[in-house]
Amino acid sequence: MRTLDTRLSREGASPIMDDDILQEFLAESWENLARLDTEIVSLEKDPANSGLIASIFRTIHTIKGTCGFIGLNRLGKVAHSTENVLGKMRDNTLDVSPAAISLVLDGIDRIKQLLEGLEATKEEPAVDSEELINKLELLASLAGDTPAAAAPPPAPEVATPVAKPTPAVAAQPLPVSPSPAPVAEQSVPQPIPLVEQIEAHVAPAISDHHQNNAPSAPPKGAAEEPDPAGGDPKKSVADLSIRVNVDVLDRLMNLVGELVLTRNQLLQMVRGEDESKYSAPITHLNRVTTDLQEGVMKTRMQPIGNAWSKLPRLVRDLAQLTGKQIELEMSGAETELDRTVLDAIKDPLTHMVRNSADHGIEPAEVRQRNGKPEAGRVKLNAFHEGGHVIICIEDDGAGISRDRVLKKAIEQGLVSEVEGSQLSDGEIFKFIFRAGFSTAEKISSVSGRGVGMDVVRTAIERIGGTVELNSIAGHGTTVRIKIPLTLAIISALVVESGSECFAIPQLGVVELVRVAKEDRHKIEKIHDNEVFRLRDRLLPLVHLNDILKLPEIDSSRGDVNIVVVQVGEEQFGLIVSEVFDTQEIVVKPMGSLLKEIKIYQGTTILGDGRVIMILDVGGIASQFGGMASRTRELERHRQDLEGTSDLGEPTSLLIFAAATGDPMAVPLALVARLEEVPVSSIERSGDRLLMQYRGDLLPLLPLHGEQPHLGDRELQPIVVFSEGRHSMGLMVDQIQDIIEEPLSVRMQSSRPGVLGTAIINGKATDLVDTQHYLMKANPLWFQREGTKRRPRVLIVDDSLFFRQLVRTAVEADGYRAVAVEGPSYAIEMIERGEKFDIILSDIEMPLMDGCEFAQWCRKRPHLAGVPLVAITSLAGDIHEKRIMRAGFDHLLMKFNPQQLSTTLKELCAAQTQPVGVSA
Amino acid sequence: MTDALAIANTDHSGIAEQLDYQNQFVSFWINGQLMGIPVNMVQEVLNPQTIAATPLARREIAGLLNLRGQIVTALNLRRRLGLPDYEKTGESMNVVIRYRNESYSLLVDEVGDVINVQRDAIEPPPRTIDSRWKNFAQGVFRLEGRLLLILNVAALLTLDP
Repeated sequence: MRTLDTRLSREGASPIMDDDILQEFLAESWENLARLDTEIVSLEKDPANSGLIASIFRTIHTIKGTCGFIGLNRLGKVAHSTENVLGKMRDNTLDVSPAAISLVLDGIDRIKQLLEGLEATKEEPAVDSEELINKLELLASLAGDTPAAAAPPPAPEVATPVAKPTPAVAAQPLPVSPSPAPVAEQSVPQPIPLVEQIEAHVAPAISDHHQNNAPSAPPKGAAEEPDPAGGDPKKSVADLSIRVNVDVLDRLMNLVGELVLTRNQLLQMVRGEDESKYSAPITHLNRVTTDLQEGVMKTRMQPIGNAWSKLPRLVRDLAQLTGKQIELEMSGAETELDRTVLDAIKDPLTHMVRNSADHGIEPAEVRQRNGKPEAGRVKLNAFHEGGHVIICIEDDGAGISRDRVLKKAIEQGLVSEVEGSQLSDGEIFKFIFRAGFSTAEKISSVSGRGVGMDVVRTAIERIGGTVELNSIAGHGTTVRIKIPLTLAIISALVVESGSECFAIPQLGVVELVRVAKEDRHKIEKIHDNEVFRLRDRLLPLVHLNDILKLPEIDSSRGDVNIVVVQVGEEQFGLIVSEVFDTQEIVVKPMGSLLKEIKIYQGTTILGDGRVIMILDVGGIASQFGGMASRTRELERHRQDLEGTSDLGEPTSLLIFAAATGDPMAVPLALVARLEEVPVSSIERSGDRLLMQYRGDLLPLLPLHGEQPHLGDRELQPIVVFSEGRHSMGLMVDQIQDIIEEPLSVRMQSSRPGVLGTAIINGKATDLVDTQHYLMKANPLWFQREGTKRRPRVLIVDDSLFFRQLVRTAVEADGYRAVAVEGPSYAIEMIERGEKFDIILSDIEMPLMDGCEFAQWCRKRPHLAGVPLVAITSLAGDIHEKRIMRAGFDHLLMKFNPQQLSTTLKELCAAQTQPVGVSA
Repeated sequence: MTDALAIANTDHSGIAEQLDYQNQFVSFWINGQLMGIPVNMVQEVLNPQTIAATPLARREIAGLLNLRGQIVTALNLRRRLGLPDYEKTGESMNVVIRYRNESYSLLVDEVGDVINVQRDAIEPPPRTIDSRWKNFAQGVFRLEGRLLLILNVAALLTLDP
């Protein structure tokens, strides 16, 4: 049939005709093949089902027959050999074994491959299928001794003269079958001349038949004649349905969309006119339009089973590859979805089923050991639920370890250990959908293709769906996908920004917030980014016109409209100049020249005929960059601002071991040096230990309650504290680590030398009270320069730890210090008449914060000359301004002893100068 | 522009000739230059239309227009050809063309007639042609007294990345 083939492609004066036939053939073949996969897998489970075999045989036979008509040789040969094997199975002369099924599947794969090539290039691809054909022929020839039975059946089905080659070719293995071994070699050269010979006969026959319109006739004949040949399976379908090109439906959908818009327009016109003579017909039009819209939408609906048809095959292949036993159960395949939605979820669905089968289901031995049935089960279920379709993928496999996911999330810095401990299972499993997150320890050939669950999530979110995962380790995993029914007509919010209108899909809109102009100050700025405090959280704000590079209209006055949108787990606010109503809009695709702009997802036409862009909130989120990290950052700020966090700023801590082996810690800021000194250099003076150190004597102290024992080691680790000319050394058992961790004292201590207990590195750790040791080492230390009047410093801090820390530092500098745990105590003391030279205050404190305290102080005339110093861990301009406005003179960060010392010195110098003059 | 048609139509030999799409070009004026595109690519010609802005789009894209429910991307041909904007803002005519299953509107200053020429008479663009147009010019026809520059639509609609 080569002649016919070339004529089709070269001489075709009516290329449309050729194309039509080819398209028809491809469409039909794909449809048939999709069914075939499912059928063959079922056949494997139920080898005796003769109805199934017959159906499969017919499908392949139809393809083979059509190939013959339109001159697709290579395809025809593969189909033919596959058909042979199936024929033997049908006649019960060949066992339906997994090996045989695999070979048949190989044959079908090759057919698909050829069809794909054909679809892409309009020509049959030059794929060498001889080896496969030989295998198939060999298998067919191995059948029992009634092989002839395979050949006749095609004959009666084929009525036209053109189809003659079919039985001839089908019968071809017959003469060579008696001796199986040589078949493989012999059948190779054999079929080709045979087929060509047949072609030689057939080609002229056709052109004779249609003499008048030679070039276009053969395809025409071919198009008409396959029907009687393959008529059997087609007839039933043809009676009930027709095949319509999708473009026709799309066009219809567009027209309906326009009608919807016109209707909207008309409805708007008669609104408010009760007595309009048009209102009755418009009401009717309204109803008809709605029905029509639903009807056309229905034509675009396809059962979700269409997206599933490949899955049984996929799972079967996977099971074979991995040696597992996997059963795939599907229910709700008839659930209908718009075809665009269907297309969008096909790949994510496949990916997830593959994941379940590959990672989820354990090998049979493992399952047996765990008391589960040997065969793993993957369940797929689809159903409608309130305008959405829910798809569940459930497996009874190993499940995902919640702890492992959490550990990984902590490792990757997605969450801190403390935060992690407060997350629910659902929140933890959400990490799986993050980019670059995989808990699979080894990459499998099946699933490890670099396509992670984040791609699945992105694909589903793009069509306005959501996905969530839950798992119980050892029992299995469930993934639940929720997707909208259709994307063609959506509900959208119309807004205005920079004098232009835009539509925001309602699916992404959480709520609308209007900030009255007198409340504008509630929009705060953190690092140049605007935020709005919406109930309990900070909402990052984006000016839509900034994103769109449009001029801002009336930015400084009037109310502020915020559209709160959600992308994944993140929310942010879009500031727009006007919010109109919600409308049903018809999504029209973007022109190809505009596709590169990621913040649009389409265009639409409003009731008044205006074209507007539909915004893609996901695109906007990624456009203004790392929304996730920004939200986290803001969240931290929020916690700082509200003091709800029990996590302070990270503090560097020196961890060492006491003789008991228990860990102890001291803030690194208070440590001057770490030393390891030879025990021999330690001297005794009375009951005190000393050593010569940098030309001075360094008093050494053991930890409280420990006896200094020096005998059993050569080197003694020492932590040196140093202030001015004075130093002391604390003898510890072992210096272990320096870590940076947020510090919170969980328990206060009454033991001397211990400030309290904190959880550091997951262990309860005593915090060293340095003041205790400094005092003990040199009782006179704090009375140096005793002749001079020592300034009195008031320290206000709710945190015991910092109170002690600051106090130590202040006292070490030779000041007198009074520390209280809140402004109320300080106010009480001040009102009692206590005098202070300097006041140091924390900012975030319960009941009354540092700023309010400063404002109070500034209203007291007798405190006028007293410098107020804020010590805080709040960073950033916004805080600094607020603090300075409240009346503080200085702002120090928590916690730098040197800085504090310098500041105190300067303040004292400034204070004493005038005193000196007057004295 | 009727004169252009008159000049070109040296041979008025009936309807068959008129339907000879191969040899017909829709002509239009851009900055004083007569240009043309094959008539079979042109869907229709429209008066000035309301064009919706497409923020963030390239400057050559004028926006979108609603053509009986179909959304058409409008291309500012002057900008695409590296010419200054049309002084009569909002008065550009639309030459709507069909290319790869999509509709585009080329914004032009004025629309001329359909010009009949002998396709074989096309010549390569002269060397003196504006260098910015080299990629867009498919060739020229010498009409009496002026040149008709034939534009390469594919090149016009392929925006550099």
